[in-house]
Amino acid sequence: MNLFTILFASLFTSNIALSYFLGMCPFIALSRDIRTAWGMGCAVTFVMAVTAAINWPVYHFLLVPFHIEYMQYLSFILVIAVSVQIVEIIVERFFPVLYVNMGVFLPLITVNCAILGISLFMILRDYSFIEGVFYSIGGGVGWTMAIIAMAGLRSKLTFSNIPEPLKGPGITMIIAGIMSLAFMGFAGIAGL
Amino acid sequence: MNIASILIMGGIAFLLAAILVILDRYLASYGDCDITINDSKTLTVTGGQSLLSYLMDNKIFIPSACGGRATCGFCKVNIPEGAGPLLPTESPFLTRSEVARNTRLACQVKVKSDLSVIIPEKYLSIQEFKTIVESIKDLNYDTKEIFLRLDEPEYISFMPGQYIQLKLPDSDEYRAYSIASPPDSNNFIELIVRLVPGGCCSGYIHRDLKTGHKVSFTGPYGELALRENSDKDIICVGGGCGMAPFRSIIRHLFDTGTKRDVKYFYGARSVRDLYFVDEFRKLEREKENFSFIIALSEPDKDSQWEGEIGFIHQILDKHLQDNNNAEAYLCGPPVMIDMTMQVLLSKGIAEEDIMFDKIQ
Repeated sequence: MNLFTILFASLFTSNIALSYFLGMCPFIALSRDIRTAWGMGCAVTFVMAVTAAINWPVYHFLLVPFHIEYMQYLSFILVIAVSVQIVEIIVERFFPVLYVNMGVFLPLITVNCAILGISLFMILRDYSFIEGVFYSIGGGVGWTMAIIAMAGLRSKLTFSNIPEPLKGPGITMIIAGIMSLAFMGFAGIAGL
Repeated sequence: MNIASILIMGGIAFLLAAILVILDRYLASYGDCDITINDSKTLTVTGGQSLLSYLMDNKIFIPSACGGRATCGFCKVNIPEGAGPLLPTESPFLTRSEVARNTRLACQVKVKSDLSVIIPEKYLSIQEFKTIVESIKDLNYDTKEIFLRLDEPEYISFMPGQYIQLKLPDSDEYRAYSIASPPDSNNFIELIVRLVPGGCCSGYIHRDLKTGHKVSFTGPYGELALRENSDKDIICVGGGCGMAPFRSIIRHLFDTGTKRDVKYFYGARSVRDLYFVDEFRKLEREKENFSFIIALSEPDKDSQWEGEIGFIHQILDKHLQDNNNAEAYLCGPPVMIDMTMQVLLSKGIAEEDIMFDKIQ
Protein backbone atom coordinates (compact mmCIF):
# COMPACT_ATOMS: atom_id res chain seq x y z
CA MET A 1 0.00 0.00 0.00
CA ASN A 2 1.49 3.35 -0.86
CA LEU A 3 1.65 6.29 1.55
CA PHE A 4 -1.06 8.22 -0.25
CA THR A 5 -3.51 5.36 0.04
CA ILE A 6 -2.79 5.01 3.76
CA LEU A 7 -3.26 8.73 4.31
CA PHE A 8 -6.47 8.85 2.26
CA ALA A 9 -7.88 5.78 3.95
CA SER A 10 -7.20 7.09 7.46
CA LEU A 11 -8.69 10.47 6.53
CA PHE A 12 -11.88 9.29 4.85
CA THR A 13 -12.71 5.65 4.30
CA SER A 14 -11.59 4.39 7.69
CA ASN A 15 -11.95 7.63 9.62
CA ILE A 16 -11.13 6.82 13.23
CA ALA A 17 -14.10 8.80 14.60
CA LEU A 18 -16.78 8.03 12.05
CA SER A 19 -16.04 4.47 10.99
CA TYR A 20 -14.52 3.03 14.17
CA PHE A 21 -16.37 5.36 16.57
CA LEU A 22 -13.27 5.80 18.70
CA GLY A 23 -12.67 8.93 20.79
CA MET A 24 -16.40 9.59 21.10
CA CYS A 25 -16.28 11.25 24.53
CA PRO A 26 -14.44 14.45 23.50
CA PHE A 27 -16.05 14.20 20.04
CA ILE A 28 -19.48 14.72 21.61
CA ALA A 29 -18.46 16.99 24.49
CA LEU A 30 -16.17 19.43 22.69
CA SER A 31 -18.03 19.84 19.43
CA ARG A 32 -20.16 22.72 20.69
CA ASP A 33 -17.86 25.40 19.39
CA ILE A 34 -15.63 25.38 16.30
CA ARG A 35 -12.63 27.06 17.93
CA THR A 36 -12.54 24.61 20.83
CA ALA A 37 -13.04 21.71 18.41
CA TRP A 38 -10.11 22.96 16.33
CA GLY A 39 -7.89 23.22 19.45
CA MET A 40 -8.85 19.74 20.59
CA GLY A 41 -8.30 18.39 17.08
CA CYS A 42 -4.80 19.89 16.95
CA ALA A 43 -3.95 18.47 20.38
CA VAL A 44 -5.23 15.01 19.44
CA THR A 45 -3.40 15.06 16.09
CA PHE A 46 -0.17 16.11 17.77
CA VAL A 47 -0.44 13.45 20.47
CA MET A 48 -1.40 10.79 17.88
CA ALA A 49 1.55 11.56 15.61
CA VAL A 50 4.07 11.84 18.44
CA THR A 51 2.91 8.70 20.23
CA ALA A 52 2.81 6.66 17.00
CA ALA A 53 6.34 7.84 16.15
CA ILE A 54 7.58 6.84 19.62
CA ASN A 55 5.53 3.67 19.91
CA TRP A 56 6.77 2.21 16.62
CA PRO A 57 10.48 2.04 17.65
CA VAL A 58 9.51 1.05 21.21
CA TYR A 59 7.59 -1.91 19.80
CA HIS A 60 10.01 -2.97 17.07
CA PHE A 61 13.34 -2.31 18.80
CA LEU A 62 12.52 -3.02 22.44
CA LEU A 63 9.47 -5.23 22.78
CA VAL A 64 9.95 -7.53 19.73
CA PRO A 65 13.67 -8.44 20.27
CA PHE A 66 12.98 -9.40 23.89
CA HIS A 67 9.73 -11.19 23.00
CA ILE A 68 7.63 -9.05 25.32
CA GLU A 69 5.08 -7.86 22.76
CA TYR A 70 2.41 -8.47 25.34
CA MET A 71 3.66 -5.37 27.16
CA GLN A 72 2.60 -3.15 24.25
CA TYR A 73 -0.57 -1.91 25.96
CA LEU A 74 1.32 -0.80 29.06
CA SER A 75 4.20 0.85 27.23
CA PHE A 76 1.90 2.57 24.71
CA ILE A 77 -0.25 3.97 27.50
CA LEU A 78 2.86 5.22 29.32
CA VAL A 79 4.07 7.03 26.20
CA ILE A 80 0.60 8.50 25.59
CA ALA A 81 0.28 9.69 29.19
CA VAL A 82 3.62 11.49 29.07
CA SER A 83 2.92 13.04 25.65
CA VAL A 84 -0.39 14.39 26.92
CA GLN A 85 1.34 15.81 29.96
CA ILE A 86 3.80 17.60 27.69
CA VAL A 87 1.00 18.99 25.53
CA GLU A 88 -0.78 20.15 28.69
CA ILE A 89 2.28 22.01 29.95
CA ILE A 90 2.74 23.69 26.56
CA VAL A 91 -0.93 24.64 26.12
CA GLU A 92 -1.20 26.02 29.66
CA ARG A 93 1.88 28.12 29.17
CA PHE A 94 1.21 29.53 25.72
CA PHE A 95 -2.55 29.20 25.06
CA PRO A 96 -4.37 29.98 28.35
CA VAL A 97 -7.79 30.53 26.73
CA LEU A 98 -7.61 27.19 24.92
CA TYR A 99 -6.47 25.59 28.18
CA VAL A 100 -9.56 26.81 30.05
CA ASN A 101 -11.85 25.88 27.14
CA MET A 102 -10.55 22.33 27.00
CA GLY A 103 -10.80 22.00 30.78
CA VAL A 104 -10.83 18.42 31.91
CA PHE A 105 -10.77 17.04 28.34
CA LEU A 106 -7.13 17.91 27.80
CA PRO A 107 -5.78 15.47 30.44
CA LEU A 108 -8.50 13.07 29.30
CA ILE A 109 -6.78 12.75 25.89
CA THR A 110 -4.68 10.22 27.84
CA VAL A 111 -7.62 7.84 27.86
CA ASN A 112 -8.90 8.84 24.42
CA CYS A 113 -9.22 5.43 22.80
CA ALA A 114 -8.64 6.88 19.32
CA ILE A 115 -5.00 7.53 20.24
CA LEU A 116 -4.31 4.07 21.64
CA GLY A 117 -6.35 2.70 18.73
CA ILE A 118 -4.09 4.33 16.12
CA SER A 119 -0.93 2.91 17.73
CA LEU A 120 -2.43 -0.56 18.03
CA PHE A 121 -3.83 -0.60 14.46
CA MET A 122 -0.42 0.53 13.20
CA ILE A 123 1.22 -2.52 14.82
CA LEU A 124 -1.61 -4.86 13.84
CA ARG A 125 -1.41 -3.86 10.16
CA ASP A 126 2.36 -4.22 10.23
CA TYR A 127 3.08 -0.71 8.88
CA SER A 128 6.65 0.50 8.43
CA PHE A 129 7.75 3.54 10.44
CA ILE A 130 6.97 6.02 7.67
CA GLU A 131 3.64 4.33 6.95
CA GLY A 132 2.84 4.44 10.67
CA VAL A 133 3.57 8.17 10.87
CA PHE A 134 1.42 8.89 7.81
CA TYR A 135 -1.33 6.70 9.21
CA SER A 136 -1.28 8.49 12.57
CA ILE A 137 -1.23 11.98 11.01
CA GLY A 138 -4.09 10.95 8.72
CA GLY A 139 -5.97 9.54 11.70
CA GLY A 140 -5.49 12.76 13.71
CA VAL A 141 -6.44 15.05 10.83
CA GLY A 142 -9.42 12.81 10.07
CA TRP A 143 -10.59 13.00 13.67
CA THR A 144 -10.10 16.80 13.62
CA MET A 145 -12.05 17.06 10.39
CA ALA A 146 -14.89 15.05 11.87
CA ILE A 147 -15.09 17.09 15.09
CA ILE A 148 -14.93 20.41 13.21
CA ALA A 149 -17.65 19.27 10.80
CA MET A 150 -19.70 18.26 13.80
CA ALA A 151 -19.09 21.60 15.55
CA GLY A 152 -20.15 23.43 12.37
CA LEU A 153 -23.33 21.38 12.16
CA ARG A 154 -24.06 21.90 15.83
CA SER A 155 -23.69 25.68 15.50
CA LYS A 156 -26.46 25.51 12.87
CA LEU A 157 -28.55 23.45 15.28
CA THR A 158 -28.81 26.47 17.60
CA PHE A 159 -31.54 27.75 15.30
CA SER A 160 -33.25 24.42 14.79
CA ASN A 161 -36.31 23.16 16.53
CA ILE A 162 -35.01 19.98 18.16
CA PRO A 163 -37.36 17.78 20.22
CA GLU A 164 -36.66 18.34 23.93
CA PRO A 165 -35.36 14.82 24.81
CA LEU A 166 -32.90 14.85 21.89
CA LYS A 167 -31.19 18.15 22.74
CA GLY A 168 -27.43 17.92 23.40
CA PRO A 169 -25.72 14.53 23.11
CA GLY A 170 -28.82 12.78 21.67
CA ILE A 171 -28.99 14.74 18.42
CA THR A 172 -25.17 14.72 18.24
CA MET A 173 -25.11 10.92 18.22
CA ILE A 174 -27.74 10.86 15.45
CA ILE A 175 -25.73 13.35 13.38
CA ALA A 176 -22.56 11.30 13.97
CA GLY A 177 -24.42 8.28 12.61
CA ILE A 178 -25.52 10.13 9.46
CA MET A 179 -22.02 11.54 8.97
CA SER A 180 -20.67 8.02 9.31
CA LEU A 181 -23.01 6.84 6.54
CA ALA A 182 -21.78 9.70 4.34
CA PHE A 183 -18.15 8.77 4.99
CA MET A 184 -18.93 5.15 4.02
CA GLY A 185 -19.70 6.57 0.59
CA PHE A 186 -16.01 7.42 0.17
CA ALA A 187 -15.18 3.73 0.24
CA GLY A 188 -17.37 3.19 -2.83
CA ILE A 189 -15.81 6.07 -4.78
CA ALA A 190 -12.21 5.12 -4.10
CA GLY A 191 -12.74 1.40 -4.16
CA LEU A 192 -10.52 0.97 -1.12
CA MET B 1 7.49 -12.34 33.34
CA ASN B 2 11.23 -12.25 32.78
CA ILE B 3 13.93 -9.86 33.92
CA ALA B 4 14.14 -8.23 30.46
CA SER B 5 10.54 -7.10 30.54
CA ILE B 6 10.99 -5.55 33.98
CA LEU B 7 14.16 -3.76 32.92
CA ILE B 8 12.73 -2.49 29.66
CA MET B 9 9.48 -1.27 31.13
CA GLY B 10 11.39 0.31 34.02
CA GLY B 11 13.75 1.98 31.56
CA ILE B 12 10.90 3.38 29.45
CA ALA B 13 9.16 4.70 32.58
CA PHE B 14 12.39 6.25 33.87
CA LEU B 15 13.18 7.96 30.56
CA LEU B 16 9.68 9.40 30.25
CA ALA B 17 9.71 10.62 33.86
CA ALA B 18 13.05 12.34 33.25
CA ILE B 19 11.65 14.17 30.20
CA LEU B 20 8.69 15.37 32.26
CA VAL B 21 10.86 16.57 35.13
CA ILE B 22 13.02 18.61 32.74
CA LEU B 23 9.97 20.14 31.01
CA ASP B 24 8.34 20.91 34.33
CA ARG B 25 11.49 22.66 35.47
CA TYR B 26 11.80 24.87 32.40
CA LEU B 27 8.26 25.33 31.05
CA ALA B 28 5.88 25.01 33.98
CA SER B 29 7.74 27.34 36.31
CA TYR B 30 7.39 31.06 35.82
CA GLY B 31 10.16 32.30 38.10
CA ASP B 32 9.80 35.40 40.24
CA CYS B 33 7.00 37.78 39.24
CA ASP B 34 6.31 41.27 40.58
CA ILE B 35 2.73 42.21 41.45
CA THR B 36 2.37 45.99 41.67
CA ILE B 37 -0.65 47.05 43.73
CA ASN B 38 -2.19 50.49 43.08
CA ASP B 39 1.19 51.70 41.72
CA SER B 40 2.53 51.88 45.25
CA LYS B 41 3.25 48.48 46.75
CA THR B 42 5.09 45.61 45.04
CA LEU B 43 4.91 41.93 45.96
CA THR B 44 7.47 39.51 44.59
CA VAL B 45 6.05 36.01 44.22
CA THR B 46 6.98 32.73 42.54
CA GLY B 47 4.51 32.62 39.61
CA GLY B 48 2.05 29.90 38.68
CA GLN B 49 -0.79 30.41 41.16
CA SER B 50 -3.88 32.62 40.98
CA LEU B 51 -3.65 36.33 41.76
CA LEU B 52 -6.28 35.88 44.49
CA SER B 53 -4.17 33.35 46.37
CA TYR B 54 -1.08 35.60 46.31
CA LEU B 55 -3.13 38.55 47.59
CA MET B 56 -4.60 36.38 50.37
CA ASP B 57 -1.12 35.17 51.33
CA ASN B 58 -0.08 38.81 51.65
CA LYS B 59 -3.08 39.72 53.85
CA ILE B 60 -4.93 41.61 51.12
CA PHE B 61 -8.44 40.22 51.33
CA ILE B 62 -10.66 40.58 48.29
CA PRO B 63 -14.24 39.31 48.58
CA SER B 64 -14.56 35.83 47.14
CA ALA B 65 -17.62 34.02 48.44
CA CYS B 66 -17.11 30.93 46.28
CA GLY B 67 -13.51 30.30 47.26
CA GLY B 68 -11.95 30.76 43.81
CA ARG B 69 -14.22 28.62 41.61
CA ALA B 70 -15.47 31.44 39.38
CA THR B 71 -19.07 31.01 40.53
CA CYS B 72 -19.65 34.19 42.61
CA GLY B 73 -17.88 36.84 40.52
CA PHE B 74 -17.03 38.97 43.58
CA CYS B 75 -13.24 39.12 43.23
CA LYS B 76 -13.22 41.79 40.51
CA VAL B 77 -10.05 43.86 40.24
CA ASN B 78 -8.63 46.00 37.46
CA ILE B 79 -5.47 44.63 35.89
CA PRO B 80 -4.12 47.19 33.40
CA GLU B 81 -1.23 44.98 32.31
CA GLY B 82 0.10 41.46 32.57
CA ALA B 83 -3.13 39.49 32.99
CA GLY B 84 -3.14 37.67 29.65
CA PRO B 85 -6.27 37.11 27.56
CA LEU B 86 -9.78 37.13 29.06
CA LEU B 87 -10.80 33.58 29.94
CA PRO B 88 -14.20 32.03 29.14
CA THR B 89 -14.66 31.33 32.86
CA GLU B 90 -14.59 35.07 33.58
CA SER B 91 -16.68 36.54 30.77
CA PRO B 92 -20.13 35.63 32.22
CA PHE B 93 -19.42 37.90 35.21
CA LEU B 94 -18.09 40.93 33.35
CA THR B 95 -20.01 43.63 31.51
CA ARG B 96 -18.66 45.10 28.28
CA SER B 97 -17.50 48.27 30.00
CA GLU B 98 -15.73 46.21 32.66
CA VAL B 99 -13.94 44.23 29.97
CA ALA B 100 -12.92 47.52 28.35
CA ARG B 101 -11.53 48.73 31.70
CA ASN B 102 -9.47 45.50 32.04
CA THR B 103 -11.54 44.26 34.95
CA ARG B 104 -10.79 40.61 35.70
CA LEU B 105 -11.60 37.98 38.30
CA ALA B 106 -8.62 37.67 40.62
CA CYS B 107 -9.30 33.97 41.19
CA GLN B 108 -8.97 33.14 37.47
CA VAL B 109 -5.95 35.25 36.55
CA LYS B 110 -2.77 33.21 36.91
CA VAL B 111 0.35 35.17 37.67
CA LYS B 112 2.78 34.22 34.88
CA SER B 113 4.67 37.48 34.46
CA ASP B 114 4.97 40.87 36.13
CA LEU B 115 1.55 42.47 36.48
CA SER B 116 0.00 45.58 37.97
CA VAL B 117 -3.37 45.52 39.69
CA ILE B 118 -5.73 48.24 40.93
CA ILE B 119 -7.53 47.19 44.11
CA PRO B 120 -10.34 49.42 45.45
CA GLU B 121 -9.24 51.28 48.58
CA LYS B 122 -12.08 49.79 50.66
CA TYR B 123 -10.65 46.28 50.26
CA LEU B 124 -7.27 47.32 51.62
CA SER B 125 -8.80 48.00 55.06
CA ILE B 126 -10.18 44.45 55.29
CA GLN B 127 -8.45 42.53 58.05
CA GLU B 128 -8.03 38.99 59.23
CA PHE B 129 -9.54 38.24 62.66
CA LYS B 130 -8.74 35.34 64.97
CA THR B 131 -11.69 34.27 67.11
CA ILE B 132 -12.78 31.74 69.71
CA VAL B 133 -16.15 29.98 69.50
CA GLU B 134 -18.09 31.23 72.52
CA SER B 135 -21.24 29.17 72.00
CA ILE B 136 -23.29 27.35 69.39
CA LYS B 137 -27.07 27.26 69.48
CA ASP B 138 -29.56 25.26 67.38
CA LEU B 139 -32.11 27.59 65.77
CA ASN B 140 -34.04 24.88 63.96
CA TYR B 141 -33.41 21.46 62.44
CA ASP B 142 -30.79 22.66 59.96
CA THR B 143 -29.63 26.07 61.18
CA LYS B 144 -27.21 27.00 63.95
CA GLU B 145 -26.27 30.32 65.50
CA ILE B 146 -22.55 30.69 66.20
CA PHE B 147 -21.11 33.26 68.63
CA LEU B 148 -17.50 34.15 67.91
CA ARG B 149 -15.49 36.18 70.44
CA LEU B 150 -12.77 38.24 68.79
CA ASP B 151 -9.32 37.42 70.04
CA GLU B 152 -6.90 39.21 67.75
CA PRO B 153 -7.62 42.03 66.95
CA GLU B 154 -10.18 42.37 69.72
CA TYR B 155 -12.56 44.75 67.99
CA ILE B 156 -14.23 44.93 64.61
CA SER B 157 -15.93 47.89 63.02
CA PHE B 158 -18.56 47.13 60.39
CA MET B 159 -21.82 48.44 58.99
CA PRO B 160 -24.97 46.45 59.75
CA GLY B 161 -25.72 44.20 56.77
CA GLN B 162 -22.14 43.37 55.86
CA TYR B 163 -20.64 39.90 55.78
CA ILE B 164 -17.41 38.11 56.67
CA GLN B 165 -15.62 35.16 55.09
CA LEU B 166 -14.98 32.31 57.47
CA LYS B 167 -11.82 30.32 56.81
CA LEU B 168 -12.04 26.57 56.83
CA PRO B 169 -9.40 25.15 59.15
CA ASP B 170 -6.47 23.38 57.45
CA SER B 171 -7.45 24.66 54.02
CA ASP B 172 -7.36 27.83 51.95
CA GLU B 173 -11.09 27.86 51.35
CA TYR B 174 -13.38 30.63 52.57
CA ARG B 175 -17.17 30.80 52.82
CA ALA B 176 -19.22 33.97 53.19
CA TYR B 177 -21.64 34.49 56.10
CA SER B 178 -23.55 37.66 57.01
CA ILE B 179 -23.03 39.12 60.46
CA ALA B 180 -26.22 38.73 62.51
CA SER B 181 -25.20 40.88 65.48
CA PRO B 182 -25.37 44.69 65.64
CA PRO B 183 -22.11 46.65 65.26
CA ASP B 184 -22.07 48.11 68.78
CA SER B 185 -21.29 44.69 70.25
CA ASN B 186 -17.96 44.96 68.53
CA ASN B 187 -15.89 42.35 70.33
CA PHE B 188 -18.01 39.44 69.22
CA ILE B 189 -20.06 38.54 66.18
CA GLU B 190 -22.91 36.16 65.57
CA LEU B 191 -23.31 34.08 62.43
CA ILE B 192 -26.27 32.06 61.21
CA VAL B 193 -25.18 28.91 59.43
CA ARG B 194 -27.61 26.70 57.57
CA LEU B 195 -26.51 23.16 56.73
CA VAL B 196 -26.08 22.97 52.96
CA PRO B 197 -26.30 19.34 51.76
CA GLY B 198 -22.77 18.41 50.67
CA GLY B 199 -21.41 21.84 51.69
CA CYS B 200 -17.94 21.51 53.12
CA CYS B 201 -17.97 24.61 55.35
CA SER B 202 -21.50 24.38 56.73
CA GLY B 203 -20.93 20.64 57.16
CA TYR B 204 -17.80 21.32 59.16
CA ILE B 205 -19.55 23.91 61.33
CA HIS B 206 -22.53 21.67 62.03
CA ARG B 207 -20.52 18.50 62.63
CA ASP B 208 -17.13 19.39 64.04
CA LEU B 209 -17.12 22.94 65.39
CA LYS B 210 -17.33 23.03 69.19
CA THR B 211 -17.24 25.69 71.90
CA GLY B 212 -13.66 26.80 72.55
CA HIS B 213 -12.39 26.05 69.03
CA LYS B 214 -10.36 28.72 67.29
CA VAL B 215 -11.43 29.94 63.84
CA SER B 216 -10.42 32.89 61.75
CA PHE B 217 -12.28 35.08 59.29
CA THR B 218 -11.66 38.05 57.02
CA GLY B 219 -13.92 41.03 56.60
CA PRO B 220 -16.05 43.04 56.70
CA TYR B 221 -17.24 42.92 53.09
CA GLY B 222 -20.37 43.82 51.18
CA GLU B 223 -22.43 46.45 49.47
CA LEU B 224 -25.50 45.57 51.52
CA ALA B 225 -24.94 48.03 54.37
CA LEU B 226 -27.43 50.20 56.24
CA ARG B 227 -27.51 53.86 55.16
CA GLU B 228 -27.55 55.50 58.56
CA ASN B 229 -27.77 59.11 57.37
CA SER B 230 -30.96 58.60 55.40
CA ASP B 231 -34.44 59.20 56.87
CA LYS B 232 -36.37 57.13 54.32
CA ASP B 233 -38.58 54.24 55.41
CA ILE B 234 -36.95 50.85 55.30
CA ILE B 235 -38.13 47.66 53.61
CA CYS B 236 -36.13 44.52 54.36
CA VAL B 237 -36.78 41.37 52.33
CA GLY B 238 -35.09 38.13 53.34
CA GLY B 239 -35.50 34.58 52.12
CA GLY B 240 -34.24 31.30 53.57
CA CYS B 241 -30.92 31.91 55.30
CA GLY B 242 -31.08 35.59 54.33
CA MET B 243 -32.12 36.40 57.90
CA ALA B 244 -28.73 37.32 59.34
CA PRO B 245 -28.05 40.79 57.86
CA PHE B 246 -31.54 42.02 58.78
CA ARG B 247 -31.18 40.92 62.37
CA SER B 248 -28.07 43.09 62.50
CA ILE B 249 -29.76 46.01 60.71
CA ILE B 250 -33.02 45.91 62.71
CA ARG B 251 -31.37 45.43 66.09
CA HIS B 252 -29.03 48.32 65.36
CA LEU B 253 -31.88 50.58 64.18
CA PHE B 254 -33.98 50.06 67.31
CA ASP B 255 -30.99 50.04 69.68
CA THR B 256 -30.27 53.56 68.40
CA GLY B 257 -33.96 54.58 68.74
CA THR B 258 -34.79 55.06 65.07
CA LYS B 259 -37.98 56.89 64.08
CA ARG B 260 -37.92 55.43 60.54
CA ASP B 261 -40.69 53.04 59.60
CA VAL B 262 -39.25 49.53 59.21
CA LYS B 263 -41.00 46.62 57.46
CA TYR B 264 -39.35 43.22 57.46
CA PHE B 265 -40.65 40.63 54.98
CA TYR B 266 -39.32 37.13 55.54
CA GLY B 267 -39.98 34.18 53.24
CA ALA B 268 -39.48 30.55 54.22
CA ARG B 269 -40.74 27.19 53.03
CA SER B 270 -42.62 25.91 56.07
CA VAL B 271 -43.07 26.45 59.82
CA ARG B 272 -40.15 24.21 60.69
CA ASP B 273 -37.79 26.46 58.71
CA LEU B 274 -38.58 29.53 60.84
CA TYR B 275 -36.39 30.94 63.62
CA PHE B 276 -36.07 34.21 65.61
CA VAL B 277 -39.83 34.67 65.16
CA ASP B 278 -40.46 35.32 68.90
CA GLU B 279 -37.68 37.90 68.99
CA PHE B 280 -39.12 39.90 66.09
CA ARG B 281 -42.74 39.51 67.28
CA LYS B 282 -41.70 40.95 70.67
CA LEU B 283 -40.04 43.89 68.92
CA GLU B 284 -43.16 44.34 66.81
CA ARG B 285 -45.31 44.63 69.98
CA GLU B 286 -42.90 47.12 71.57
CA LYS B 287 -42.27 49.38 68.58
CA GLU B 288 -45.00 51.04 66.60
CA ASN B 289 -42.79 51.68 63.61
CA PHE B 290 -41.79 48.02 63.07
CA SER B 291 -43.76 45.31 61.34
CA PHE B 292 -42.72 41.73 60.65
CA ILE B 293 -44.43 39.81 57.84
CA ILE B 294 -43.71 36.12 57.28
CA ALA B 295 -44.75 34.28 54.12
CA LEU B 296 -44.55 30.52 53.79
CA SER B 297 -44.39 29.01 50.33
CA GLU B 298 -45.26 25.42 51.33
CA PRO B 299 -46.87 25.45 54.81
CA ASP B 300 -47.55 21.98 56.29
CA LYS B 301 -51.26 21.18 56.34
CA ASP B 302 -51.26 20.17 60.02
CA SER B 303 -49.32 23.22 61.27
CA GLN B 304 -52.43 25.47 61.19
CA TRP B 305 -50.47 28.36 59.73
CA GLU B 306 -52.55 31.51 59.80
CA GLY B 307 -50.07 33.94 58.25
CA GLU B 308 -49.39 34.74 54.62
CA ILE B 309 -49.00 31.94 52.07
CA GLY B 310 -47.03 32.41 48.86
CA PHE B 311 -43.64 33.53 47.63
CA ILE B 312 -42.24 36.57 49.37
CA HIS B 313 -42.33 38.81 46.29
CA GLN B 314 -46.07 38.12 45.87
CA ILE B 315 -46.73 39.04 49.49
CA LEU B 316 -44.55 42.14 49.11
CA ASP B 317 -46.62 43.17 46.11
CA LYS B 318 -49.78 42.80 48.21
CA HIS B 319 -48.51 44.84 51.18
CA LEU B 320 -46.64 47.71 49.56
CA GLN B 321 -48.37 50.88 48.42
CA ASP B 322 -47.66 52.42 45.04
CA ASN B 323 -45.36 55.44 44.69
CA ASN B 324 -43.29 54.25 47.58
CA ASN B 325 -40.27 56.32 48.55
CA ALA B 326 -38.57 53.78 50.78
CA GLU B 327 -35.13 52.24 50.84
CA ALA B 328 -34.95 48.46 50.31
CA TYR B 329 -32.48 45.88 51.51
CA LEU B 330 -32.66 42.37 50.03
CA CYS B 331 -30.86 39.18 50.93
CA GLY B 332 -31.59 35.68 49.65
CA PRO B 333 -31.28 33.34 46.68
CA PRO B 334 -30.69 35.03 43.27
CA VAL B 335 -34.18 34.17 41.92
CA MET B 336 -35.84 35.73 44.96
CA ILE B 337 -33.76 38.90 44.61
CA ASP B 338 -34.60 39.22 40.90
CA MET B 339 -38.34 38.76 41.44
CA THR B 340 -38.36 41.12 44.44
CA MET B 341 -36.47 43.78 42.47
CA GLN B 342 -39.21 43.78 39.82
CA VAL B 343 -41.90 44.28 42.47
CA LEU B 344 -39.98 47.09 44.20
CA LEU B 345 -39.30 48.93 40.95
CA SER B 346 -42.97 48.64 39.96
CA LYS B 347 -43.90 50.22 43.30
CA GLY B 348 -41.84 53.29 42.53
CA ILE B 349 -38.72 52.58 44.57
CA ALA B 350 -35.64 53.98 42.88
CA GLU B 351 -33.02 51.49 41.69
CA GLU B 352 -30.26 53.25 43.62
CA ASP B 353 -32.27 52.77 46.83
CA ILE B 354 -32.27 48.98 46.48
CA MET B 355 -29.31 47.20 48.03
CA PHE B 356 -28.97 43.43 47.80
CA ASP B 357 -26.82 40.46 48.63
CA LYS B 358 -27.35 37.35 46.52
CA ILE B 359 -26.65 34.14 48.40
CA GLN B 360 -25.16 31.63 45.97
